[in-house]
Amino acid sequence: MILGAFLQDANFLDVLYIVAFGLFIYGLSGLTGPSTAVRGNRIAAVGMGVAVIATLLNRGEGNWGLIVLGVAIGTAVGVPAARQVKMTAMPQMVALFNGVGGGAVALVAWAEFRNTGGYSTGTPLYFACFSLFAAIVGSVSFWGSNIAFAKLQGLLPGKPITLGPAQQLINGGLFAAAVALAVVIAAGSHSGFVFVLILLIAGVLGNFVVLPIGGADMPVVISLLNAFTGLSAAATGVALNNPALIVAGMIVGASGTILTNLMAEAMNRSIPGIVAGGFGGGGVVEGASGAGEHAGTVRSTTAADVAVQLAYARLVVVVPGYGMAVAQAQHAVRELAKELEKRGVEVKYAIHPVAGRMPGHMNVLLAEADVPYEQLREMDDINPEFARTDVALVIGANDVTNPAAKTNASSPIFGMPILEVSDSHSVIVIKRSMNPGFAGVDNELYYDPKTSMLFADAKAGVNEITAELAQL
Amino acid sequence: MPSELVTNLAILVLAGFIGFAVISKVPNTLHTPLMSGTNAIHGIVVLAGLLVIGFSGNGFLNKVILVIAIAFGTINVVGGFLVTDRMLAMFKRKPTPPAAPEDGQDK
Repeated sequence: MILGAFLQDANFLDVLYIVAFGLFIYGLSGLTGPSTAVRGNRIAAVGMGVAVIATLLNRGEGNWGLIVLGVAIGTAVGVPAARQVKMTAMPQMVALFNGVGGGAVALVAWAEFRNTGGYSTGTPLYFACFSLFAAIVGSVSFWGSNIAFAKLQGLLPGKPITLGPAQQLINGGLFAAAVALAVVIAAGSHSGFVFVLILLIAGVLGNFVVLPIGGADMPVVISLLNAFTGLSAAATGVALNNPALIVAGMIVGASGTILTNLMAEAMNRSIPGIVAGGFGGGGVVEGASGAGEHAGTVRSTTAADVAVQLAYARLVVVVPGYGMAVAQAQHAVRELAKELEKRGVEVKYAIHPVAGRMPGHMNVLLAEADVPYEQLREMDDINPEFARTDVALVIGANDVTNPAAKTNASSPIFGMPILEVSDSHSVIVIKRSMNPGFAGVDNELYYDPKTSMLFADAKAGVNEITAELAQL
Repeated sequence: MPSELVTNLAILVLAGFIGFAVISKVPNTLHTPLMSGTNAIHGIVVLAGLLVIGFSGNGFLNKVILVIAIAFGTINVVGGFLVTDRMLAMFKRKPTPPAAPEDGQDK
């Protein structure tokens, strides 16, 4: 009995919450190095377990059956999804998980509103304010993440879908409307209709904010929405007076903000510029039609030629991109590298910070294929080495190698730091066609006399080269 | 202004700074797992669902809303941590390069 009373002591439960967020912080700091990262993630998961147990000890009414039901549904959906998702599909998986988190925040806010009779008298004003904030931001995050998922999954076209120049005005109007209605409720209205209207307007806003954003900017948006969901969770925590929610939510908010900034910097884009939509407005259309107008000629090559070139190189730098991810070519690339290393060729991998659809996306894929961590080089590390590189093998990367980012001030990607592959003695690009990359910009690299193109699916092309190499 | 609000705001601000301090040390390589890991952590909203479903006076619609919220939160937590774990497992340093690596399923 004494134990029972102790377990339900409010102060003891707060201590459990402190343990939980301590574990979150400790776990996350473990993510700073690859050797401690697995443990760090598991420590954070244990923290989550502690927080859930503390909450269950602390609950008022029963409804245990409903809790079991909710958790069972969540587990039945979440576990198989997480187990089966391919490493290449990770960005959209993160978007989806982020979306449901935002959805949960918005739904909880709605339930709070209904449970308190529309924040009726006796409910502190700050409760209403934080709850309304959570409702709006959570709903934006839910719908925005779903659109991001649909775009990355190919359910919606990756190209920007806009309402034209009025877009920003409409988005601004929607935001203002949601805030105005929130003020109406905070000022004393108990109308459930108004609250649902807020959720809907915020949902439409979430759609409109993400639809105009091109595929290349998607990781930045997911990261931003991740930060949003974190902040809305923190707001929910303030409303419910729950320190674990506040700390966890704020940490996610802070980390999402940092990541968003880092990514935007790596692409030389401003966050407002990205959210405003499109790639520099007209740049998309211009670039897409540019492919045919180019004066230079493209040199096409064969797998056999590539094999010879690689076999007699001293240093080969592989530049992977989203094309490698889509084709699931990471294992094939690893096989090719092994074959080359057997012949005494040095192989390195140049990883652009935003190669793929997420920072670190390529690292994950190459790690999956057992590529030694030490061979993966970051951009600033590898750029000086291109001058002594015999062959730069570009596999499915495009915009991150485009010299126009350095030379052509009118290019939409001008100023973005790139991998300077054109410094190497020769360049081989494996690509399916001459279609421009996600930024929709023509790549001058392909017209460089040093460059030869191997038109193939990344995986098939690399396998062919490996086969040819084995016969040499 | 209620004193618990003041305490909570203090926690809020401090947590934000801790978040900045901890995360700014993470190397580029681990950004995807980090994004996915922090993603799992904001699944903590499941707690809010668990708390609110315990309030008295939840009608039928509220129960439906909260069950969905708890399910969503659970997906976020469980899925997020599992996916992150899978990703990070690949970064583990292999003791010695095995003679026959187990990447056969991709051929």
